[in-house]
Amino acid sequence: MADHVKSIREPLVHGNKNLKTITDDVVGIMDKKPTGLWWVGFFIALSALALGIVAVSYQIMTGIGTWGLNKTVGWAFDITNFVFWVGIGHAGTLISAILFLFRQKWRTSINRSAEAMTIFAVMCAGMFPIIHMGRPWMAYWMFPYPNTRGPLWVNFRSPLAWDVFAILTYLIISAVFWYIGMIPDLATVRDRAKTRIKKAVFGFLSFGWSGSFKTWHRYETVYGLLAGLAAPLVVSVHTIVSFDFATSAIPGWHTTTFPPYFVAGAVFSGFAMVLTLLIIARKAMRLEEYITVKHIENMTKVIILTGGIVTLSYATEFFMAWYSGNGYEQFVFLNRAMGPFAWAYWIMVGCNLITPQFFWFKKIRTNMLMVFILSIFINIGMWFERFVIIVTSLHRDFLPSSWVMYKPSYVEIATLIGSFGLFFTLFMLFIRFMPIISIGEVKSVLQYKGRSGGQK
Amino acid sequence: MKIYFVVSFDNEYDLVGATQDFRNNGFNILDAYTPYAVHGLDKAMGLKPSRLSKICFGFAFIGLTIGLYGQYWISAVNWPINIGGKPWNSMPGFLPIAFETTVLFAGLGTVFTLLWRTGILPGRKPKVYAPAVTDDVFALVITEETNTFDSEKAENISTKYHSIEWHEKLESE
Repeated sequence: MADHVKSIREPLVHGNKNLKTITDDVVGIMDKKPTGLWWVGFFIALSALALGIVAVSYQIMTGIGTWGLNKTVGWAFDITNFVFWVGIGHAGTLISAILFLFRQKWRTSINRSAEAMTIFAVMCAGMFPIIHMGRPWMAYWMFPYPNTRGPLWVNFRSPLAWDVFAILTYLIISAVFWYIGMIPDLATVRDRAKTRIKKAVFGFLSFGWSGSFKTWHRYETVYGLLAGLAAPLVVSVHTIVSFDFATSAIPGWHTTTFPPYFVAGAVFSGFAMVLTLLIIARKAMRLEEYITVKHIENMTKVIILTGGIVTLSYATEFFMAWYSGNGYEQFVFLNRAMGPFAWAYWIMVGCNLITPQFFWFKKIRTNMLMVFILSIFINIGMWFERFVIIVTSLHRDFLPSSWVMYKPSYVEIATLIGSFGLFFTLFMLFIRFMPIISIGEVKSVLQYKGRSGGQK
Repeated sequence: MKIYFVVSFDNEYDLVGATQDFRNNGFNILDAYTPYAVHGLDKAMGLKPSRLSKICFGFAFIGLTIGLYGQYWISAVNWPINIGGKPWNSMPGFLPIAFETTVLFAGLGTVFTLLWRTGILPGRKPKVYAPAVTDDVFALVITEETNTFDSEKAENISTKYHSIEWHEKLESE
């Protein structure tokens, strides 16, 4: 029976799985007690979150004067974090939507967790502009609704208004895509549940999914449509984020290469974060047979590609500054590389240009510890990329008498740590209480799609 | 009186083969229950391609219209404000938001249509014909009037495709 379906390709999951063992393995995680590594990770994340809650409460009560901003540098740490987190989210949509459209079957083991990561990252990102408003309880003023203030409508010509729509649409569509993808697996959990509470909770969450093929048939259509919608959406989101800078007339920001540069950078940083998370998750949840070394290797290859695009963008910026003959532009770029923030610039170059080059070697790509360390370097480098773009373009403006330095206050640093806390706390809870691997999709890419796993 | 003939398989190939065979023999297939979306089963069951892609286009069009016209009406008709000397109808600047509303309407509209059409809604109870279909069993449900149902033929086809279990259920509706 199994002969005619044997493929020459390497299996996508290891350990000679069949349908039953996949269910047991993935749902089993949710029944078992978590590992010690999970508790350690969760506790660290929760502590960071607590610090963040204190910091955010303090700055909302006192005002954003608690930040290190000044007259010259009006955007710095906060917007850096915002762009950083939005970028992180992009890898999830790339894996779940774009790789789906390209029929990359290896995505099935990692798409669920990558999508969850997207949602959590966008939540972290959304937090920063809301705090930046200073009066976050007025946040609903961003929505265009008939009001008694004129009506005072939103200025639709502003890229900041575009951001509101882009980020919210992205959050909603990603969440819907993620949840719709999870319904069949929630039904699997429901049907295996032993306790009454679990039966009731998952019975509610799984929307009465029965496995009916007539439903599957429509479901597959919708899944494809959502993937097709999410793919251009993800490109539009970071394009619009880059418009925040590109549509201004500040040297160093005012450039047409920003949209592709930002999108490539987002995918680059996002994949680094997926690697960081999945290397922890596969270890903490013992998922080495599902998230295989092959998966990690494939992702490092995406990093080589997008890292190359980022490198090209850095070079293009410098070339254009020189070639344009614009003195202000030339000054900004020389100031980046040799001015007082040169250290930040060279951290960025070191982490983003040199780190991906290690992934050309198979020995390093298949060494999980090395990949983990290198992925963290890329995360750091991409955070500094946004910091360099924002702060170095502002701190020495057109009038030398207003030149200043920027130093983040401890409140800003605590908020950044808090956002990592929020992100990792949500992720840790997710891998503990939800099916972290897309059970149905992994089943559909098995080599022998039967009960006995090819032993028949 | 209606009869429900429920037959289970342990892999997708037998299910697709049996479905095709049942249909060729004139049996009326109610539905199949599978742990994942089996490819080729839609053809075997004779399902037509879903019309949801047209629905999606319709919602996208509504989203685009609302996005473009809404921004135009607010910025140029209801309360025009001079911002940097830009024209009241700054159509190129309205495109990013119009794109986002297009995607938002298309995505949510399609998903809500799917939920409404398939009856997958919070709090619903699933209709279960065979156990473990969300785990590792592939079940096919055939329904006929009791007097026209050829149970011997159905059992023959089931055996031919290595069925692991079958049973008949009577239901008066």
